Amino acid sequence: MKMLSVPLSTLKLGEKSNVVHLNVIGLLRRRILDLGIVPGTVLTCIGKAPAGDPIAYLVRGAVIALRSEDASLIVVEQV
Amino acid sequence: MSTLNPLDPLLKIYSDTESVRLSSGTPIADRVVTDIFAYTEKLTQRVVLREDCLQTSWKDNIDKIVISRVFGYPLMLLLLGTVFWLTIAGANVPSAMIASVLFAFQDVLTHWFQLVQAPAWLHGVLVLGMYRTLAWVTAVMLPPMAIFFPLFTLLEDLGYLPRVAFNLDNMFKKANACGKQCLTMCMGFGCNAAGVVAARIIDSPRERLIAILTNNFVPCNGRFPTLIAIASIFMASTLFLSQSLLAAGMITLLVLLGVAFTFAVSWTLSKTILKGEPSSLVLELPPYRLPKVGAVFYRSLIDRTIFVLRRALVVAAPAGALTWILANVYIGNVSVIAYIAGVLDPIAKAIGLDGFILMAFILGLPANEIVVPILLMSYLSTGQLTEFNSLFELKKVLLANGWTWLTAFNTMLFALLHWPCATTLLSMYKETGSKKWTFMGFIIPTVIAFSVCFIIAQAAYLLGLV
Amino acid sequence: MKLKLGDHSNAPNDHSRVMREQFGIRTTGEQYVIALAGNPNVGKSTVFNALTGLHQHTGNWPGKTVDNAQGHYSYRNKSFLLVDLPGTYSLLAHSVEEEIARDFICFGQPDATIVVLDATSLERNLNLALQVMEISSKVIICVNLIDEARKKKLSINFGELEKELGVPIVPTAARNGEGLSDLQKAVYSMVVEKKKTWPKQIPYSEEVEQAISALLPKVEALSLASLVNPKWLALRLLDSDVSFIETISRYAATQPQKTVASQRQGGEFIL
Repeated sequence: MKMLSVPLSTLKLGEKSNVVHLNVIGLLRRRILDLGIVPGTVLTCIGKAPAGDPIAYLVRGAVIALRSEDASLIVVEQV
Repeated sequence: MSTLNPLDPLLKIYSDTESVRLSSGTPIADRVVTDIFAYTEKLTQRVVLREDCLQTSWKDNIDKIVISRVFGYPLMLLLLGTVFWLTIAGANVPSAMIASVLFAFQDVLTHWFQLVQAPAWLHGVLVLGMYRTLAWVTAVMLPPMAIFFPLFTLLEDLGYLPRVAFNLDNMFKKANACGKQCLTMCMGFGCNAAGVVAARIIDSPRERLIAILTNNFVPCNGRFPTLIAIASIFMASTLFLSQSLLAAGMITLLVLLGVAFTFAVSWTLSKTILKGEPSSLVLELPPYRLPKVGAVFYRSLIDRTIFVLRRALVVAAPAGALTWILANVYIGNVSVIAYIAGVLDPIAKAIGLDGFILMAFILGLPANEIVVPILLMSYLSTGQLTEFNSLFELKKVLLANGWTWLTAFNTMLFALLHWPCATTLLSMYKETGSKKWTFMGFIIPTVIAFSVCFIIAQAAYLLGLV
Repeated sequence: MKLKLGDHSNAPNDHSRVMREQFGIRTTGEQYVIALAGNPNVGKSTVFNALTGLHQHTGNWPGKTVDNAQGHYSYRNKSFLLVDLPGTYSLLAHSVEEEIARDFICFGQPDATIVVLDATSLERNLNLALQVMEISSKVIICVNLIDEARKKKLSINFGELEKELGVPIVPTAARNGEGLSDLQKAVYSMVVEKKKTWPKQIPYSEEVEQAISALLPKVEALSLASLVNPKWLALRLLDSDVSFIETISRYAATQPQKTVASQRQGGEFIL
């Protein structure tokens, strides 16, 4: 079965994914990389703010929150 | 903008390797980071053993409530109200105790002055003006600060504050600001100068500036006494709730108003003089950890005591001395203070205040906590704070000087919205390095305070409500 | 035997002092300067507070609006000045905080650097530790929050970790005071007794190693190569901003020229 590549922001609560590609640029890209979000990393969506945005993800044992427009620039495949 | 010789051999190699850096689709920089994490992942798998796989502790479930749609906001309001209530109610007894000790010592001082037969004016300046104000400010400021800052630090150490930023980020994003601004606002409740410095947690310079310029709309501990005093005496008589609960409720409402102004001004700034794209938010939500309450209180108490005492000595004492002098030096048969108040009166009345109140705010530029002492000293034209341990006495003084509901209401509004204190302005200058922005930080609240009070006062006059 | 950036204990004392004063660090007498680095939220300030108590003060880094906390403690009659660096996720990014941490570790010549890690989040935290180890061999890794790790039923093989990384590993729960005396002992060992360390070099992928090898001859030909680990320099040429390269060049210009032989300082590097 072919794995679909989707933006991270489309992940629903509890869903896991593997990072495929980063479309982020500039300072945000550096931050994302330094937090350990590199191709191959497992990201799990574990919470959304009351307004639906930002979204909290589990990354290498820590919880990082991103705004959905930034999360949409991270391409993942669902696991 | 290199200050180095472009022929510097190192820089030459750097530009030569440009192609290598950008080769193969992914920049080499990314590869370097990926390699590091590949190694740490393998290493961690080797040395860290999870004995109970997949067991979620109760702590993991806290967030389900804290950031939930239903409970998230109410919980925040509840915690905020609780912190205020604890600060206000908890400060009552210590304030009274410190006041009675310090005021009793004043009698000792007076006795000494009499012993050396010091002239009355010297006694007036040093004891009635300087010492009395210093005592009042310490008694009123130290307990709330000693409660508020530790509580805030506890929430921070607990890990709760990032969740607040998480919950409110969406609202801030709409104002083109950063969610972390709410944390600077929280800090501003304790002290606006601290709130301005706290804006360092915001990475984008534009958003940082917005946070700095609007921090003033959050009332600091120095303004609480003003707000509480007026709220208590003018509201308590009409309702049957306990004074501290009512005061807390009133403060919460004013704070929410301040928050509303913060959003409005942030939004306006980002549409006008601080235009720009919203930057990205990358916020870590650390696990909840039980803080060491004792250590936090101990450290906070020491820090805050030093801060309050230093400000009382450096700002309040001289201000008290100055006020006493102005109140007891006469131009003709009018004291200087009454004279200045008279000059300011027309403008003040137009915004629903009176000349003495406006003058007290102006003289209170060095520190907000001296506004009430100065006001009282000027009303009581002997320039001396008489004994009043009950706010009832305060009410009598105010009523005797023509206070109406409008005066009370507008004074509270003005206290909330007016220019920042000198310490905050200084912090603004240090943090921004810009005279222009510091001036903006002064002028924006001032214009808003005058405008809002003007509109309300004029409306009240027009509708015959006063 | 190439020297790493930051290992200048043989350098004249007054030169170190000048460097440190550029960072707003003032030592009194025979004080050892220890840098405290770590990710945000790992309890670094708890470690700092626990070690220094009330003997601390906070100011700003010179010319920057970033907090600089310094404090001191005594151990076995020696005085140690602890410099609390801003919490950073990495030394490679470009915020002011990360620049300050990086510049101080690279050019501030601390006598040792303690990297504080969160025991419950080692995978992410080790990133910073490894980067610091690339710069200096005088690194102590403090794995804090082990009480939290216990609650989460995590057990960490510290012996294995120490063997693999080649630097002292000190487990602590700074909140409870656990492990702090071990930390002080490890610092003492390293800076006073000059105990040697063998920091693990990060194993890079072939693509990166090839790029490094291609650059190495050019880098080694520089006079700068006598002051700095050429491999580290090659890596920074590959992944850094031009502003950092300029900073390195400027730093090199302030150093007196040395011969390679006079720079030997314990610690072998597995290249």
